[in-house]
Amino acid sequence: MTDFLKIQNVRKTFPGVVALDDVSFSVAPGEIHTLLGENGAGKSTLMNVLTGLYHPDRGQISVAGEPIHFTSPRDSLACGIGMVHQHFMLVPAHSVFENILLALDNVPNFYSKKKYKEKIQKLIDEFDLDLDLDIPVWKLSIGAQQWIELIKLLMRDCQLLILDEPTAVLTPQEAERLFNVLRKLKEQGKSIIFISHKMREVMEISDRVTILKKGCSIATRTRGDFDESTLASLMIGKDKIPQWQKNLQMSDEIVLDIQNLSVRNDRGLSDLDDFNLQLKKGEILGIAGVAGNGQKALAEVLTGLKNTSQGKIMAGEEDITNSNARYSYIAGIAHIPEDRKTIGIAPDMSVDENLIMKSFKSGSFRNWIFQNKKAIRRNAEEKIEQFAIKSGPDGTPVRYLSGGNIQKVIIARELSEHPAVLVALYPTRGLDIGSAGYVHKVIADGADRGMSTILIAEDLDELLKLSDRIAVMFRGKLIGYVDPRKTTREEIGLMMSGEKGSLPDLP
Amino acid sequence: MVEILLDATVRAGTPILFATLGAIINERAGIINLGIEGLMLIGALAGFAGTYLTGSLLLGVLFAFAASFLAGSIHALITVQLRGNQIVSGLALTMFGVGITALFGKGMVGLTIVGFKRVAIPGLSQLPLIGRPFFNQDLLIYFSFLLVFVIWFFFYRTRWGLGVRSVGENPAAADTCGFSVSTYRFFAVTIGSGLVGIGGAYLSLASTPMWIENMTAGRGWIAVALVIFAGWSSPRAMLGAYLFGGITAMQLRFQAMGTTISAHVLQMLPYFFTILVLVISTQRIQKGASQQPEGLGLPYDREDRK
Amino acid sequence: MKLVMERREISSPLLRFSAPIASIAVALFVAGFLLLASGVSPLAAYKEILIESLGSLYGLSETLVKTTPLIFAGLGVSLAFRMQIWNIGAEGQIYMGAMGATWVALFSGIQNHWVMMVAMFFAAFFCGGLWAGVAGILRARWQVNEVIVTLLMNYIAILWVDYLIYGPWKDPKGFNFPLTAQFGDAARFAEYFNTRFHSGFFLAVFCALILYLFIERTVWGYEIKVIGSNPKAARYAGMNTGMAIFFVLFLSGAIAGIAGFSEVAGLQHRLQHGISPGYGYTAIIIAWLAKRSAIGVVIVSFLMGVLLVGGDSLQLLWQLPVAFVYAFQGLILFFLLASDFFIIYRVKLVKGVING
Repeated sequence: MTDFLKIQNVRKTFPGVVALDDVSFSVAPGEIHTLLGENGAGKSTLMNVLTGLYHPDRGQISVAGEPIHFTSPRDSLACGIGMVHQHFMLVPAHSVFENILLALDNVPNFYSKKKYKEKIQKLIDEFDLDLDLDIPVWKLSIGAQQWIELIKLLMRDCQLLILDEPTAVLTPQEAERLFNVLRKLKEQGKSIIFISHKMREVMEISDRVTILKKGCSIATRTRGDFDESTLASLMIGKDKIPQWQKNLQMSDEIVLDIQNLSVRNDRGLSDLDDFNLQLKKGEILGIAGVAGNGQKALAEVLTGLKNTSQGKIMAGEEDITNSNARYSYIAGIAHIPEDRKTIGIAPDMSVDENLIMKSFKSGSFRNWIFQNKKAIRRNAEEKIEQFAIKSGPDGTPVRYLSGGNIQKVIIARELSEHPAVLVALYPTRGLDIGSAGYVHKVIADGADRGMSTILIAEDLDELLKLSDRIAVMFRGKLIGYVDPRKTTREEIGLMMSGEKGSLPDLP
Repeated sequence: MVEILLDATVRAGTPILFATLGAIINERAGIINLGIEGLMLIGALAGFAGTYLTGSLLLGVLFAFAASFLAGSIHALITVQLRGNQIVSGLALTMFGVGITALFGKGMVGLTIVGFKRVAIPGLSQLPLIGRPFFNQDLLIYFSFLLVFVIWFFFYRTRWGLGVRSVGENPAAADTCGFSVSTYRFFAVTIGSGLVGIGGAYLSLASTPMWIENMTAGRGWIAVALVIFAGWSSPRAMLGAYLFGGITAMQLRFQAMGTTISAHVLQMLPYFFTILVLVISTQRIQKGASQQPEGLGLPYDREDRK
Repeated sequence: MKLVMERREISSPLLRFSAPIASIAVALFVAGFLLLASGVSPLAAYKEILIESLGSLYGLSETLVKTTPLIFAGLGVSLAFRMQIWNIGAEGQIYMGAMGATWVALFSGIQNHWVMMVAMFFAAFFCGGLWAGVAGILRARWQVNEVIVTLLMNYIAILWVDYLIYGPWKDPKGFNFPLTAQFGDAARFAEYFNTRFHSGFFLAVFCALILYLFIERTVWGYEIKVIGSNPKAARYAGMNTGMAIFFVLFLSGAIAGIAGFSEVAGLQHRLQHGISPGYGYTAIIIAWLAKRSAIGVVIVSFLMGVLLVGGDSLQLLWQLPVAFVYAFQGLILFFLLASDFFIIYRVKLVKGVING
């Protein structure tokens, strides 16, 4: 059978970055083809090329044997290629129905609401999904939103479905349901490109696997011709992950005690609901949970970006829920924010100026009301050296740095004051293996000095490797703690879908 | 008495209603347009000139629409195609409108035309209380009633309307669904601007059938504030415009009755009132009772999404 | 073939520097057609503008007289810009500043020149500041859009001053004209060279220097820049953004308010209608053209001063309305915004076949 999609030697660069170097692979009808690669290997860029969002600089894409040049998402859709993006392409304020309707071709301008609702409902029933067409999308769970994305593509009769890490937002049980739907689609002769870095899923569902590394497709393996360890070694290559010895010096002193905390989001729903958490001195406390279950709100409360509607936060003996005390306390907490560019840095300002963002008022950086430019420069030189930041010429605005270097700027700034508490959100997201290992080392070294860390991450492996304890969140509540040395992935998986864990209290 | 006041309310509110509706169409597509004041002036002058030259009120209204459509296309070009700063571009449009109407309107000052006349709708206009204010008005006012409904229908019952709302909420989503963000935004801005121009023309063709330099006196800015009050919905825009019209009508009534309160102080009332309304309706947004289009004010660049 | 826009890796400094100049040039060209349409030869008009504003000592002095309030108002608006706050209300703040200074000049009874000057300065400073501060509180406390509030408050400020000069503050000996009484000598700036050029100009340049130091060298300036660059990052670094918004809008209005002081003390010597013929609006363009720099504000204000003096003479010669200057300013802004695009993007022709 001829391949539905064939990609040859595609290359795409952005100013200063080679996102894709040389990628080739193909997908046949009725095949589930997995793209496997570390963060930053170029998977997302490749997908954006396939969906017509980016123009490749070089290379050939053919669909059903015909060479194709996409200039917009419209062209790609017209060829029957549809994608479920990692960041959903939904309009939150619109109803489920309107979101699906938006994606349909050939809808007359004056459409019959009834007719289209029936059509969509039929498809929903066929795959046995549970969706109310009339509620606004923002009220739905992330898992349900993903179903909308899938229905959009099915309604358009797409022949090739691209799913970008679809299970990152699902519980293991929901993921199983998704796989059943995918298998059904496969039987109908659809092609599926599945992107993931979770090895077990890849093993379970793939017909073929192509490994991406640093923007190149380095190997393609057919089912039966691969196992977890060969894929892992292909994916990681010869890069060594820096390892370290965990010093178990956790004391029972509680540095941060969150009691019955509730936070409402902008739309009046609860992000955190009667949430409790205790952080001990010198520990790395991992937070596990499917994305969108309150992790972000937790970090925002601790970073002062959100106010609480109920509950208490105690730092030692002191109640810091009250905002003034909280602000001063927060200034002493180190944070590695999730979204580096939106809250971590002042993008138009230089590295020097970004490095003092939290300590600009301290005596070492000012003379009376004036800034001490010399001291600021000296501090920057030190940090750039110590954290190996590639910062470009003096005065370069931070926005021009690469993701890894921006992350280093943030970490350098946050850890330079030897904080007692660190809140780290997805600190290695989007980093190459080297930088990620470096970040792990910095966090572990901090713990050795007595720093307590709340580590929020999506990768269970990362959590299991680093944490002293793992707390699992579900729908804004704490489900329980587990001990990473004794737990299993299955146990955490169950807890992530709301089942009580084995260690409801402190271990 | 109440009937007369209501009548004056509708007449004072109508230019603002057109302008607010036009601004809503702009903002629904995600483009802030602070050029409303300038567009109203352009519409007022073009409407007056068109009617003066052709003798036809209808052609005058069309002139007003076309002139503001063209002026709005400058804003559209800069904010949509060239992704320029929407606030500055809108302010520039207002300045441009004030200046160019002063320049070209110089020869029109003091000329007179016959403005829109009341057309009573048989039967309905005899109703007590609401008969005169709503059913014995000029054609432009009837048109504004129709427009409120048409815009609502357009947004919630047609695919184009869905497209406009989507490019305003989440342009990347609309883009991936094959809607051309720039086309939708461009026409939302230009057509919206055209309607704003009709609002201006109402001043020079119906309220006071003549051209006076700067005759909008801040009504465009009030419309910009009313968009927020209206929560980007056309029926609520009607309510807002008439609330404002009511304040204006009452203020004029006070003056006519010869109160001891200074006319200058009375004239401040609509502006005070608008600020007050703005504060209250902003709180509604904060509480989640009304929704600002999420993509409002943000230029869309496909390759720059992350 | 298809046009494709592409981000430039680094925007060239040459482009960035020449863009404002090119924008003004293109705006002059287009405005030429507007002039032609109203029956005036553009070349003659532009020549007239230059000669009137720069061609004589008197012309230059008039230009500096107009430049003075523009510097104050431009500094105020540009300070707020620095924090991504839009103060469109400089016009009203000028009026309120003028009102405050007038109140001191007419009713305080101070005799000493310097005491009077200081008192008038601070009265204008606080009146302008509080006027803008209202928008600041609304924005910081309730997230109310400051563009609309500051703008609507212009209309209120102008009506309020009208109320005063038609009512309680009207000069009893003024033949019923809407004017206040003339100020005494203690409340007047020094004038020079037998022209209307007054000390206000030096005060304006001094303010620009202070503001430059404030923004570029002080801890507060740093805070303002961080908030302007990324308010979320600022909050996350523990800065109190609400307080900063109020403070910056207050200061922004206060500086614009000084323009009112300078106008009544240096030029009008009384409060009357039209004390500012739109300086507050021109200030927005000045701030945008000056691209955040306090020194740039001084330079651009001078250019706008040339334009305003020239505009006045066009009115006298050809009966062009003064508001024509607004159309020209709008055009400059349009072209400046358009030129920004070509600084950031490169436009390329790409060959390609489109299937499907």
